[in-house]
Amino acid sequence: MTQAMPLQGPTLTVAEEERSARISLFRRLLKNPSGLVAMIFLALIVLSAILAGVITSADPNAASLQDVLAHASAAHPLGADSAGRDVLARLLYGSRFSLAGALVTLVVAAVIGVTSGLIAGYFGRWFDSVSSWVAGLVMALPGFVVLLAARAVLGPSMWLAMGIFGVLISPAFFRLVYASVSAVRNELYVDAARVSGLSDARIIARHIFTVVRAPIIIQAAMITGIAIAIQAGLEFLGLGDTNVPSWGSMLNDGFANIYKNPTLLLWPALAIALTSVALTLLANAMRDELERSSGSKKRRGATKRAQVLVEHELVVSHPDDARTEAALGEELLRITDLAVGYDQADGSVTTVVNDVSLVVRRGEVHGLIGESGSGKTQTAWSILRLLPDGGRVVGGSIFFEGKDLAKASEKEMTALRGKKIAYIPQEPMSNLDASFTIGSQLVEPMRVCLGLSKKEATARALQLLARVGIPNPERTFTAYPHEVSGGMAQRVLIAGAVSCNPDLLIADEPTTALDVTVQAEVLDLLRELQSELTMGVVLVTHNFGVVADLCDRVSVMRNGRIVETGPVRTIFAQPEHPYTQSLFEAILEDGDAREPLQDTPSVETIVLETIGKGASK
Amino acid sequence: MIRFILRRLLSGVILIFVISTVAYLLLYLGGGDIARRILGQSATAATVAQKAHALGLDQPLFVQYGQWLSHAVTGSLGSSWFTSQPVTAAITSRLSVTLSLVIGATIISAIVSVILGVLAATRRGWVDRVVQIFTILGFAIPGFLVALALVTVFAIDLKIFKPTGFVQFATSPGGWAATVTLPIIALALGGIAGVTQQIRGSVIDALRQDYVRTLRSRGLSNTRVVYKHVLRNAGGPALAILAVQFVGLFGGAVIIEQIFAIPGLGQVAVIATTQGDIPLVMGLVVATAIIVVVVNLIIDLLQGFLNPKVRLS
Repeated sequence: MTQAMPLQGPTLTVAEEERSARISLFRRLLKNPSGLVAMIFLALIVLSAILAGVITSADPNAASLQDVLAHASAAHPLGADSAGRDVLARLLYGSRFSLAGALVTLVVAAVIGVTSGLIAGYFGRWFDSVSSWVAGLVMALPGFVVLLAARAVLGPSMWLAMGIFGVLISPAFFRLVYASVSAVRNELYVDAARVSGLSDARIIARHIFTVVRAPIIIQAAMITGIAIAIQAGLEFLGLGDTNVPSWGSMLNDGFANIYKNPTLLLWPALAIALTSVALTLLANAMRDELERSSGSKKRRGATKRAQVLVEHELVVSHPDDARTEAALGEELLRITDLAVGYDQADGSVTTVVNDVSLVVRRGEVHGLIGESGSGKTQTAWSILRLLPDGGRVVGGSIFFEGKDLAKASEKEMTALRGKKIAYIPQEPMSNLDASFTIGSQLVEPMRVCLGLSKKEATARALQLLARVGIPNPERTFTAYPHEVSGGMAQRVLIAGAVSCNPDLLIADEPTTALDVTVQAEVLDLLRELQSELTMGVVLVTHNFGVVADLCDRVSVMRNGRIVETGPVRTIFAQPEHPYTQSLFEAILEDGDAREPLQDTPSVETIVLETIGKGASK
Repeated sequence: MIRFILRRLLSGVILIFVISTVAYLLLYLGGGDIARRILGQSATAATVAQKAHALGLDQPLFVQYGQWLSHAVTGSLGSSWFTSQPVTAAITSRLSVTLSLVIGATIISAIVSVILGVLAATRRGWVDRVVQIFTILGFAIPGFLVALALVTVFAIDLKIFKPTGFVQFATSPGGWAATVTLPIIALALGGIAGVTQQIRGSVIDALRQDYVRTLRSRGLSNTRVVYKHVLRNAGGPALAILAVQFVGLFGGAVIIEQIFAIPGLGQVAVIATTQGDIPLVMGLVVATAIIVVVVNLIIDLLQGFLNPKVRLS
């Protein structure tokens, strides 16, 4: 007894937690308008099915010649059908059989689908491949045709038909459970449970079943709806059991008498449609509530970040040194007090960039440096006005060639992009459309922006590919993105960026995702192209080596603000802001300032590893 | 590419073989005393035995199946027990009618779902909400109820379309359109709901991809990027759903044909089912399996066209 006590303790708490999770989903559903309406309606249907004998005293199968097609009266509140049977009674008793039939389908489908899904997903091996194959086979068959074939052999039994339909639809459960379980199977906490000596049955019951429970409930609501519709369909075709009053057979009778009494059609149709809609709404409401509970955590995190941003920070601004003064060119871009924010679901705006001001002149490379999440990429994207969903410029101005881009229309921006302002992304592979050849992705923008013919654009694309150092331009031109290496893809993206002779280039960590040896080559290429085309460049990076290599000026960003800005040499020689100093210290401790791997080892290593894996495939 | 097609065809043939074998065993084992069922209760034991012998039912099951299979590969699926019409003829004469309904509904649902799905994904806001409500209703309400509502309103009350019947396209294209419009709408609605959801979801996913930003940074308009690049990338999953819908429509067509009195495969299926006409039911199962295999092959080829990675593997 004493030994059992500690084991019982945790089991109880887990059960309690589960119960409270279930209760909270139920409570949340009560607050969800469509979920509440659906649940009330379904509860009424179930109640009326149970209390059919109490609500009406009429026999659903009692035919009466005097009452054939009778209209509504005290004896028959909803009238009578073509055999003189009471419509209300048939409707109420019909809901019994419709619900019970759907329940048969649901139980059969759940038992087969969930158990096979759990076994295949958890234990894998031969059962995995066999059951997946069978599931695919069953899914490929049109269920209704199989039901008809079964009816031809087995005769008109509603229970059998609904059971067979349960088998046919069980892959819906199987796939759901299989996908969730095989995703969880190798999680560390499942390993930990196995190591600590829990039996497989216990692990499945406690750790795995909790993961798939909610999706199973949602799927069950959907399948019940489908089962009710299928059953009604069979009965409507007259293939059901004629002794059983059902919504489908009422439809059949109503349709046969549609010219004489259309309301006979109306009641069963309403019952079927409303029940199906209620079940679908309930499933949707459950999904919404489950998704919302995971989304609310994110929102809480974001507000915390917004609070951090309220702190004001000093901007250390260094004057031009002799080198930058000598190179003063025409002013291309002037950003003043830029603020970028994201709309939140609760109507508030979370700002990720605050009070950012910077100037970029023709022929000048301006570096934006800072750790991840410092707002440098957001600043870069806002210049192109290509912020992700929900993001927008919420304050300040971005003047380019005398026009405020913060207020420009989408059409004006489309005209500027590519032709005047170009963009080189960070991750080469994900920035090429895998469905189109590299050539077509270069040719299309040139035809749109420069108005070139297909032939001219192709010739120019081949020239550009050769210019960016691609050994066999013709072959790369016809290749798909997955057929070239990451370094090659980045060269292609650079070629694409400069293809329409832009004045301003936004480069977002153009070398971060590349191999160290390739990085140097790509930096050289960027420097050459920049001086060849005398472009102004905004270079986003987290690497001081890259800054020292390419930039004339640099702005150090932290928490969405610029904390220090000035000529590169001044910042390297006399960093004044404590944050800049701490950045330099972090590098100097490890010695070599140009070694990108030591800058932020975790991210870099992961990226390089993924590239390595991709290349070895 | 040819190897890809050949491999797919081979697996298709295996699938048809497995389905027809299982179906044959189930239908003939579960059918009970078939000769008695054909002749009725009043027939004498001698005539029943004679009938069983004539149908080859007195032979062992695997012999029967072997005979059926050897005929089936030459395209002969036996004759109906009740009308003596060859099964192949009974099916092919009705197939074009059902196919015209199913293909029509598939084309309509593809077009409408692309428009609705892209609108919902790119506009969001109230457009998205309206489309979402429509897809929930379209998914939840069974197609044959929609068909009944359409018949009641447009054919019986408003008399815009004919409630029943079918005119061959070759006889009169106008008459064909007048008879198939309502059935096709009823069939298409459920498909539209499912495919729209899929397209909406995959377009939203595709819009978040990095290459969309890069393409737009090159000066391509949002519309161009969505309809050329995003849609092509979102097309794969949508096609897969469309294929499932297409197969499912053959089931839906059975009821729809009954409602509109259209002489298609559905009518054959219902008659064969109620009579227990096993050769005809068997023929329908084989025909459906062939259609499933062909549709999946076409979808696989289209997937290869959409996604170059599929083509190579």
